[in-house]
Amino acid sequence: MSIATNNIAFNVDEIRKDFPILNREVNGYPLVYFDNAATSQTPKQVMYAIVDYYSNYNANIHRGVHSLSQEATDKYEGARKKIQQHFNAGKSHEIIFTSGTTHGINLVASGFSSILKEGDEILVSALEHHSNIVPWQMLCEKTGAKLKVIPMNEQGELIYESFEELLSEKTKMVFLNHVSNALGTINPIKKIIDRAHEKGAAVLIDGAQAAPHIKADVQALDVDFYVVSAHKMCGPTGVGVLYGKEEWLNKLPPYQGGGEMIATVSFEKTTYAGLPHKFEAGTPNICGGIAFGAAIDYMNSIGFEAISRYEEELLDYATLKLQEIEGMKLYGTSREKTAVISFNIEGLHPYDIGTLVDKMGVAVRTGHHCAQPIMDFYKIPGTVRASFSFYNTKEEIDRFIDAVIKAKSMLS
Amino acid sequence: MSKTIQEIQQEIVDEFAMFEDWMQRYEYMIELGKALPLIDEKYKIDENLIKGCQSKVWVHAELEDEKLVFTADSDAIITKGIVAILIRAFSNHHPSAIIEADTKFIDEIGLKEHLSPTRANGLVSMIKQLKMYAVAYQTQLN
Repeated sequence: MSIATNNIAFNVDEIRKDFPILNREVNGYPLVYFDNAATSQTPKQVMYAIVDYYSNYNANIHRGVHSLSQEATDKYEGARKKIQQHFNAGKSHEIIFTSGTTHGINLVASGFSSILKEGDEILVSALEHHSNIVPWQMLCEKTGAKLKVIPMNEQGELIYESFEELLSEKTKMVFLNHVSNALGTINPIKKIIDRAHEKGAAVLIDGAQAAPHIKADVQALDVDFYVVSAHKMCGPTGVGVLYGKEEWLNKLPPYQGGGEMIATVSFEKTTYAGLPHKFEAGTPNICGGIAFGAAIDYMNSIGFEAISRYEEELLDYATLKLQEIEGMKLYGTSREKTAVISFNIEGLHPYDIGTLVDKMGVAVRTGHHCAQPIMDFYKIPGTVRASFSFYNTKEEIDRFIDAVIKAKSMLS
Repeated sequence: MSKTIQEIQQEIVDEFAMFEDWMQRYEYMIELGKALPLIDEKYKIDENLIKGCQSKVWVHAELEDEKLVFTADSDAIITKGIVAILIRAFSNHHPSAIIEADTKFIDEIGLKEHLSPTRANGLVSMIKQLKMYAVAYQTQLN
C-alpha cells in the first residue's frame, strides 16, 4: 500500500521493515499493536543510535577534556539542536532535556510556586491526564492559588465559551494538552494561547499526544511552555523535553540542585549556570537524548504531513468498521482528532474486551487512561482505546475488528 | 464427608484439562462468571472492594459453623469467572484450611498469566484478600 505525499511515496510495507517488533507473535498470533498512544514502537535507526553510543563514544558530557567526552557532548548538543529545529524554537537553550512530559510539567509547576500568590487562579482543561492535574493541585495547596476547570462537551471538546468566562486578570496560568490522550481530541490551542496572553496569563501545553502526529511550531503558537516525551514519537523511554521561552526560563528558579547546574560553588553561595544547564542537574540521560534526536530525524524522513494523512485514513477506516458493530459507543467524536478511538460495547466491560482481544494478539489499552475526570463525565468505568500509528495497516484493523466481534460473541 | 480444598482444586484442574485451546478455557470461565451466585447488594460497598483490580471486585466473608463462606461479584465477566473459581476452591472451609491452601492450581489451569502481581485484574490481590479474611476469622475462633 502506498500513497504519494510531497512527491515521496509513503510505503507502509517498507516502513514496517524498520520495526523488528512488528514481526513477533503474541499468544500465537502475529502482533497487532494498537497501543501507540501509551508508547510507540522503536525503529532500527533509533536502536542503532543507542548501540552506536554505547559501542563508540559512551562518556560523560560537558566536563571532560578527553575526546570521547567531547564527542558525546557534541552529539548530545546536536540532538538538542535537532529538537530545537523540529519544534522551531528560537534558541537551542530554550530546549531543556527532561525525563519526560511529567518531569517537564513538574519543573514548571515547581518554578511557579515562587511566582503565584493567594487569590491567583490556574485554569486546566477537563481533558487532562492525571499528570497534568496533580502537580497543579499540589501547587495550589502550596500557594493558596485556585484551580479552575474548563469543562468539555459530549463530543469530548473543550467548551471555548466557558474558557472565556473563567479567564480573568486573576488567571496566571493556563494548562491543557494539545491532544487528549483518552479521546484524541485536538484542542484549539492557538486561540486559547492568544486569549490567555491578552489577560497576561502564561500557557503550558502538554504536547505528549500531539508530538507523534503534529509538528508543533512553538514560535508560531507563541506558547510559553511546551512539553513532550520521546517514547511517544519512536524514541526511548525516560527522556523528553521542555520548551520554555527564554524570559520564562530565566525567571523560574532551578528545579533540582546538583552537578551541571552550577557556575560556582562555595559554602557561602552558589551561582547557577545559564540556560539550559540551570535545569539539567546531574548527569543527564545522554544516550536517551541522542536517541531522541535520531527518532526526530526518523519521523521527519517520513514526513509529518504524510504521517497525519495516512493515520487519518486508518482512523476513518477503523471508525466506519467499528460503527458497524451492534451496541458500539464511541467516545470523543470531535471532528479535530488524532488516530485514537475510545469505545465501549453496550453491556460489556472494557476489561473483558481488552483481555480477549489480547488473547488474539491485539494490543489495546483498557481502563480510565489516567484521565478519570473524563470517565466520570461519561459515567463509565473506562473504555477500550485503540490508537494507531503510521506503521499500522488496514489489514491490522481488520484483524482487530474480527477480534472485537469474536470477543463480543464470547461475552454476550 | 465434604471435599478438601486440594480435592476441589484437582477437580477444577481436571475440568480445565479437557479444553483444547484458550478460547474454550475462557468460554468456560465466562460461563462460571455468569453462574456465580449473586452477592447481597448490601455488601457491594467500597469497604469490600479489592484494590488493584481494573474491574471492580467485591468480596464478602461470613462464618457459618466454623466454616468461612465467601460471596463475591465483579462488574467484568472474566474477572467474575476467576472469582467464581477461587470461591469454589476456598469457600465453605475452615479458616485454617484456607490459610494453609496453596494456589498452584491457578498455574495448572492455564491462568498463570493472571498471577503476575502487576496484572490489572488483581488475581493476586483477590487471593490475598481471601486469605486475610481467613486469618481474621481464625483469630476469632481461637
